[in-house]
Amino acid sequence: MAEIRVEHLRKAFGDFVAVQDSSFVVRDGEFFVMLGPSGCGKTTTLRMIAGLELPTGGKILLGGEDVTMRRARERDIAFVFQLFALYPHMNVRRNIGFPLLAQGMPGIEIRQRVEETAKLLRIDQLLNKSVSGLAGGDRQRVALGRAIVRRPKCFLMDEPLGTLDTEFRDLMVHELRELHNRIHATTVYVTHDQMEAMSMADKIAVMNHGVIEQFGTPREIYDRPATMFVADFIGSPPMNFLGFGGGLSKGAREIVVQGAKVAVPEVREDIASTDMALGIRPEHIRFDDGSKLRGAIYGTEYLGTTQIVAVETSGGIIKARVPAEIRLNAGDHVGLALSSARLSLFEKGSGRAVRTAIHDGASQGKAHHG
Amino acid sequence: MSLTSAHSVVAPSATSKRVAGTIIVLYALISIVPLLWIFATSFKTPPDSIAYPPKILFQPSVEGYCNLFSTRTRQTPEYINSLGPATGLCEETVRKRNMVIAGPSNFMPRFINSLIIAFGSTFCAVFLGTMSAYGFSRFKVPLADDLLFFILSTRMMPPIAVAIPIYLMYRELGLSDTALGMILLYTAVNVSLAVWLLKGFIDEIPREYEEAAMIDGYTRLQAFWRTVLPQATTGIAATAIFCLIFAWNEYAFAALLTSGTAQTAPPFIPTIIGEGGQDWPAVAAGTTIFLVPILVFTILLRKQLLRGITFGAVRK
Repeated sequence: MAEIRVEHLRKAFGDFVAVQDSSFVVRDGEFFVMLGPSGCGKTTTLRMIAGLELPTGGKILLGGEDVTMRRARERDIAFVFQLFALYPHMNVRRNIGFPLLAQGMPGIEIRQRVEETAKLLRIDQLLNKSVSGLAGGDRQRVALGRAIVRRPKCFLMDEPLGTLDTEFRDLMVHELRELHNRIHATTVYVTHDQMEAMSMADKIAVMNHGVIEQFGTPREIYDRPATMFVADFIGSPPMNFLGFGGGLSKGAREIVVQGAKVAVPEVREDIASTDMALGIRPEHIRFDDGSKLRGAIYGTEYLGTTQIVAVETSGGIIKARVPAEIRLNAGDHVGLALSSARLSLFEKGSGRAVRTAIHDGASQGKAHHG
Repeated sequence: MSLTSAHSVVAPSATSKRVAGTIIVLYALISIVPLLWIFATSFKTPPDSIAYPPKILFQPSVEGYCNLFSTRTRQTPEYINSLGPATGLCEETVRKRNMVIAGPSNFMPRFINSLIIAFGSTFCAVFLGTMSAYGFSRFKVPLADDLLFFILSTRMMPPIAVAIPIYLMYRELGLSDTALGMILLYTAVNVSLAVWLLKGFIDEIPREYEEAAMIDGYTRLQAFWRTVLPQATTGIAATAIFCLIFAWNEYAFAALLTSGTAQTAPPFIPTIIGEGGQDWPAVAAGTTIFLVPILVFTILLRKQLLRGITFGAVRK
């Protein structure tokens, strides 16, 4: 296994820039997820690491070795494709053994390694079956088997659970993470599904328009989103934004939103007067009649243990996640109390998070702009 | 979606099935009658073959096949009687017409020419077609659309329109009446069909297969050989049948460019008529034998052929 280091990676297809100046490090044995909407450049980045696309600029190092311009077959990596790419003309055994065959490994040894791998993935009873008859989860396992059988430097996975139905997907998320815990393979995993990312990753890079908006642990990304895009993309429902004007000065602990004073984490920088936004996670809102920040109930979404309540305020609709027991009727006026210590502040123009006691620059990952 | 949309999902009724069945049987009969007639004629005697009204029931004879494979000379009955007993069925049949077998006819060599030229050109066209189709399908070829159009444009006029230039070229190049010349010609005509058909098939094979193989340590050529080709067999088989049928049946160029050593069966068969009267049973016998290879090939690959014809109509 090896560390993956990506430095100033860039890829342009003609005039279209798919990846702009990406830099990150995936440590040895880490499960790294690239998360973002379709077309954000995550798959292109992955394909460049694999050697299926050559970068327009920048460097890729695998275990300290510069492989930027090497052919895919010389990189010693394994790739799991979204559609698995199992060879339909081969049975499960031959599919899994295919990478070993390329190395010229003797038949007996291939047989042994394939069976070992199949046992690890609990598909040893399927070895002589045709791949076309397999269920989605088993196909996935065969694809994984083909990846791990060679014990490569790292695994690259391109939305490998994208085509599975929800039930299987949850199961495979669990299995993948468990497998990772057992073999500690450096893994780069691409997905647009935040649940997959949050539940599996050691580190996440959130990408948008070819830019890494934030790089960090799932907790950092959720609690301290570096940009409004990240705040909006992660979380379901996403972070609420309430607009407010005016500047901020270092040391401020309070802002005024819709005529109400709201306590916020201590601001650590001076911001000239501009359009700002207060970011509030739905679970950081409570109903409190004493609050000056008010709105009318617009609708509720009952989820069993909690409910999502849409509240219409003068600044737009915001969603709160509150205990399911609270009885609410559409049209009721409520006061909204916010958990001050968990709030984020953003500059609307750039989308950048303002440095505060919780959003300190050091913890912010690498947001690139312009 | 309503049930009365263009593609009805209602199962056809028994009546409509019966009507459809009848139409298919009738059509099959109409198509097959000429073939059956030729087959029957090949077993008639020459007088039976031109009898009027035509004979449906007749005494079968191998005379047509004997005449097809041999050349004969007419002899006096006295001479024939002076010979020993006939050594074979053909000898016996021929003697009844006051003739003796002088030697083998040119049919076998012509038939072998046909086999070599048709299968040779089919192999070349399919090989080149597969390679270039793969290239067009997977790589950014400069001016790919124009090149593909250019390849297709070679099919836009009947090939015979260029017969005279090709005749002159072949004469200059010494390719007239050579198997190589005919293979090159048929390959050139078929390769455009092969490229287009195969490009369609290869486009349908996801690139991920080769990419997976290349990441797993194979070169592109190995990846192509081990992952793309096995999945393209249907397309290759269908393309091969189309190319083979064309090359096998081609008459005009064969008549123009071959006359001796490289002559194929199609221009040869009609010449039987000239030798010693209108020997229709021999012509019919030649035609029947001529049909066999393509028949066998088509039956063997009929599934692929069907898929080739309906290709693109149904997405998998």
